Amino acid sequence: MPLTKRIIVCLDIFQKRVVKGTKFVNLRDAGDAVELAEYYDGQGADELVFLDITASSDKRKILVDLVERTSEKMFIPFTVGGGLRTINDIKEILRAGADKVSINTAATMEPQLIKESSKIFGSQCIVTAIDAKRVYIQTLDEAKNKYIVKVGDNSFWWEVYINGGRTPTGIDAVLWGKRATNLGSGEILLTSMDFDGTKDGYDIELTKIFSENLDVPIIASGGAGNPQHILDVFNYGKADAALAASIFHYNEYSIEYVKRECQKQGIPMRF
Amino acid sequence: MTFYIAIIDYEMGNLKSIYKVLNYLNVKTLISSDSKVILKADGVILPGVGAFGAAINNLNEKKLIPIINQIINEKRPFLGICLGLQLLFTESYEMGQFYGLNLIKGKVISFERSNVEKVPQIGWNNVEFQNEDHFLVENIPNNSYFYFVHSFYAVPESRESILGLTEYGNTKFASIVYKDSIVATQFHPEKSGKYGLRLIQNFIDYCKK
Repeated sequence: MPLTKRIIVCLDIFQKRVVKGTKFVNLRDAGDAVELAEYYDGQGADELVFLDITASSDKRKILVDLVERTSEKMFIPFTVGGGLRTINDIKEILRAGADKVSINTAATMEPQLIKESSKIFGSQCIVTAIDAKRVYIQTLDEAKNKYIVKVGDNSFWWEVYINGGRTPTGIDAVLWGKRATNLGSGEILLTSMDFDGTKDGYDIELTKIFSENLDVPIIASGGAGNPQHILDVFNYGKADAALAASIFHYNEYSIEYVKRECQKQGIPMRF
Repeated sequence: MTFYIAIIDYEMGNLKSIYKVLNYLNVKTLISSDSKVILKADGVILPGVGAFGAAINNLNEKKLIPIINQIINEKRPFLGICLGLQLLFTESYEMGQFYGLNLIKGKVISFERSNVEKVPQIGWNNVEFQNEDHFLVENIPNNSYFYFVHSFYAVPESRESILGLTEYGNTKFASIVYKDSIVATQFHPEKSGKYGLRLIQNFIDYCKK
């Protein structure tokens, strides 16, 4: 039996609570973070991601405390991201007990952060998070030096957004992913802004182009609405891990059920 | 003296996560590089994340190598984790050639990209126990999954040192090794959910005997 595909549960953290928005807005409350983390460990999650979306002056202190308490009670790998900007921020979170950090805006603005942090802490704990959105084009001239995909009559490339999906950068997501990997990032957490919150399935094209062009594991994110979507992103998107939130938070499907469905189709899963 | 476990502190990686598991299991634990603390412990854990050469240098500088040798000679319970497994071997080819503790004969080599999909191996993989009656894997189903993060693996000279085997791509490697009072895992039991906790509990129970 080979290395398994991973089912990762994402907890969007606001203060100490888990919330989940759709299309990056409209927050709904889903429960206490440490309790939920323990619960998902017990349910068979392979990994957890904490994405801190708190925007207050004491946010770091609250997050560090949360990471500390989680790591005392939950013994599967977990990644923490959201507003980490410096080597010191990363050090603080790893010291509190996180296994990996995900960096997004700061890495895009200052790519050397990936190089420095992976040198100090090891590539395995530096995850680059990329929020990507399709840019549809009419002619190839509109998108020079971009990775263009054609699906039916539509041609498009993916643009990197930062600041929680609010700011477009003009950067090609695939090129940025390659560069982040070359700088030492050990994994990519890839979120489709077009599909996030829709429950229509992952952006298979996006996941596939990353998996085929990068040498590190790709975590697909955004759009999971049912087990078939997860199966599709493994089979066709070639993802190494699938991240989901609301389908688990609102008890639509259990992790166990999703894993059984994947296993039936020959995807290696951990039980 | 109260029962306690010592985690050897040689400044390689996050020792806190293994400390937190022992705390969770209600075991008194000391993180230390002090020979007196380590030598009096009921069991010793050598964790580690990072490069082999740097790790051996740190053990040397902190004069910990004779301490480890003494623990092994006295047949006290000893658990190596990840880099802590690799250090037990004769030599490693990670970024050059380095001599290890030579407590188990064999070498440490890298996965070859032609044989596996991605290096490092990151994620959950299963372990085929070679001796299901060994104390370390008691009450753990054979072929259970554990969490791995590594680019290098150990190749013991003798098959008798192999307690667990794992397959990654076309490479089958020793994921648990043992010899006398030494046990060591390439995976991270402290990050491997319930079976990881069980394995650590098994080690603690062994230390109590």
